[in-house]
Amino acid sequence: MQNELLTGAEILMRSLEAEGVDVLFGYPGGAIMPVYDALYDHRDRLHHVLVRHEQGAAHAAEGYARVSGRAGVCLVTSGPGATNTITGIADAMMDSTPIVVISGQVGAQLLGSDAFQECDLVDITQPITKWACQIRRAADVAAAVSRAFYIARTGRPGPVVLDFTKNAQTELAPYVPARVEAIRSYVPEPATPPEALEQAAALIGGAARPLVLVGQGVTLAGAEEELRSFVERLDAPAGCTLLGLSALPTGHPLNMGMLGMHGALALNRKTQECDVLVAVGMRFDDRITGNVATYARQAMKVHFDIDPAEFNKNVRVDLAVPGDCRKTLRAVTELLPQGDHRAWRESFAEAADEERRTVVDPQTHPATGPLRMAEVVRCVADVTGGDAVVVTDVGQNQMFAARYSRFTKPRSFVSSGGMGTMGFGLPAAIGATFGQEGPVVLFVGDGGLQMTVEELGTIMEQSSPVKIVLLNNNYLGNVRQWQALFFHRRYSFTPMLNPDYEKIAEAYGIPATTVTERGSLAEAVALMMRAHGPYLLQVAVMEEDNVLPMCCPGNDVDDMLLTADDDGLQ
Amino acid sequence: MEKETKLYTLIIFSENRAGVLNQVTNVFTRRQVNIESLNASPSGIDGVHRYTITCRADEDAIRTLTLQIEKKIDVIRADYFEKNEIYVMEQALYKIATPALLADKEISKAIRLLGGRIVEVNPAYSIVSKEGLPEEVRGLYDRLQAKGCVLQYVSSGVIAVTKSRREELAEYLQQRDEACRTGR
Ligand SMILES: Cc1ncc(C[n+]2csc(CCOP(=O)(O)OP(=O)(O)O)c2C)c(N)n1
Ligand SMILES: [Mg+2]
Repeated sequence: MQNELLTGAEILMRSLEAEGVDVLFGYPGGAIMPVYDALYDHRDRLHHVLVRHEQGAAHAAEGYARVSGRAGVCLVTSGPGATNTITGIADAMMDSTPIVVISGQVGAQLLGSDAFQECDLVDITQPITKWACQIRRAADVAAAVSRAFYIARTGRPGPVVLDFTKNAQTELAPYVPARVEAIRSYVPEPATPPEALEQAAALIGGAARPLVLVGQGVTLAGAEEELRSFVERLDAPAGCTLLGLSALPTGHPLNMGMLGMHGALALNRKTQECDVLVAVGMRFDDRITGNVATYARQAMKVHFDIDPAEFNKNVRVDLAVPGDCRKTLRAVTELLPQGDHRAWRESFAEAADEERRTVVDPQTHPATGPLRMAEVVRCVADVTGGDAVVVTDVGQNQMFAARYSRFTKPRSFVSSGGMGTMGFGLPAAIGATFGQEGPVVLFVGDGGLQMTVEELGTIMEQSSPVKIVLLNNNYLGNVRQWQALFFHRRYSFTPMLNPDYEKIAEAYGIPATTVTERGSLAEAVALMMRAHGPYLLQVAVMEEDNVLPMCCPGNDVDDMLLTADDDGLQ
Repeated sequence: MEKETKLYTLIIFSENRAGVLNQVTNVFTRRQVNIESLNASPSGIDGVHRYTITCRADEDAIRTLTLQIEKKIDVIRADYFEKNEIYVMEQALYKIATPALLADKEISKAIRLLGGRIVEVNPAYSIVSKEGLPEEVRGLYDRLQAKGCVLQYVSSGVIAVTKSRREELAEYLQQRDEACRTGR
């Protein structure tokens, strides 16, 4: 048994199983055929999802990873198969998503000779991966796989590429199970100096107007409970970044909503009034800060993060607390006295009311006129009770979904944040159906759906129960909004001539309906959620709607447009 | 508002794996910091590579850049230093025309005064070697160049050792090896 010789491809299968992998998203081709041949004998344990384009494989792996917390796996061939995954790899890097991309490669003896479908994936992906490695010998497979998964899931997670030469797939080697649990040159979790915890507790405990910023780091650390105890002990209002949204339930009294460009007016205003800003597992992206030069200048800033390279990268902080925020939050909470910031908390109501009157109510409960994206999202939230995983594509559909969905569970919001990758939604939603059991709703625009529309074939084949809500405004709406605000309404190539989406769905055997009237929306949503399996609900929404409020690029964070009649051009 | 820039020297240790140099220089490119000199060589420790890189930047940039380099999986450690914290040295070769050398006594005088060593002479050319601080090495070049006798000039990147009394890398590696053994 010990000395049994196996092919590299078979060793890969066993190594994946040893990592607990049960689903792969992939697409075969010449340079990965030995692996696909080995997979044939493992197909009962390793469920292979045949995507329709390798970009879909990468995003599906991301969707799987984001809802499950486990690394998603892609299997693709060399050359074009490998390069097709690059958008997904870059997306995963930006959003700290653990995926392992295994690509075929020409035989080691052909490397560098411009052999058929040779492409230097390792070099191409080096800047957009946490780690990229070429496997050239069958004997190296087990260790490389274990190392890849260890790197992808630990510390600040991220994508890993394993480029697997064809000779290494077919050559024989003994299978020696490997379990990498530490790497000398890699410190996944920086040590937390005890004095940093004490200083943080003193600074935060002494705050009169504390504000907590919740990033995806909380989710990645599985620190949702710790975060909740922390904000409750501190009695501080909290805001979430786009990717931090489901880390604190929407209904929690201290959750004031989303931060940033299209975030809550009250949060963005209060950012400029707080005296201590506590950032947890977030990276002060420009979509959060607006003009960094004026961002929360008055506040002392405390930053909890697992990645020391994030400290002082975009915004100077007064105190950095390195470490896993599950541990650091817990430790700081223990040092904090019970806070009482009632007056400060209640001071958020004024701006929240203003936003409700001017933006939220008119958009979510319009009496007349065309259907609005906001009311569709609100309607879905009402029907699901915030119980579904919400996946989005990119654009106005994404921002409305983020603003008006309700979240009750961790890891229930999946969206492309740092990259803003159109075409992410559909395949990510497919991946999400494999990563957890609950319902999955996708909000997608008429532009983004077409970017990866071929994955309807994957849904058909897998009967993936994705509830697709197509918010059709016949525009590349997000770009059109910017054209309206910043380019004198010159709608340069943003009107979208659309196909008949119901017919497209029908061709894939996916039930579909279109809603054009307010009166039939709730019923249609309920019907979609009751249906077994996939469903496409197209909603004809207002063509020139705008996501509001809006902090225009480069403006101070509290300088937000409440109506699109304000001229963003000044 | 322009930030104040200074000359910094980064000392980086990595595992001896393919592609690390690429990853390191890529961080400089992304952060728009020009590398002034770069030296890569095996360190005194088996399997560990050492890079010495000098560049001009402001301290905020160099701090983030160093952390972004250290974050690369195969990089063991990256630190940045100012001039007074390290001892630096550069090596250079100057290939000069022998007829000029013989015709103008000032040339051999400059070589002697500035610490150059003539290591090869033939009727066509002579080779001068010099080691020293980067500005000294450059100084000799400028003198020879003014005489119009330089056929080729090459200088190594700066190499540097820290003036610290503790051997931090060795201590750090010991600690990391221990951590790996115990799986913590
Ligand atoms: C791959 C890609 N290309 C281009 C963009 C730029 N972009 C951002 S939003 C957007 C419009 C999206 O239109 P649609 O999918 O219809 O969504 P809507 O905004 O109308 O809801 C575009 C083109 C992008 N984010 N990603
Ligand atoms: Mg659209």
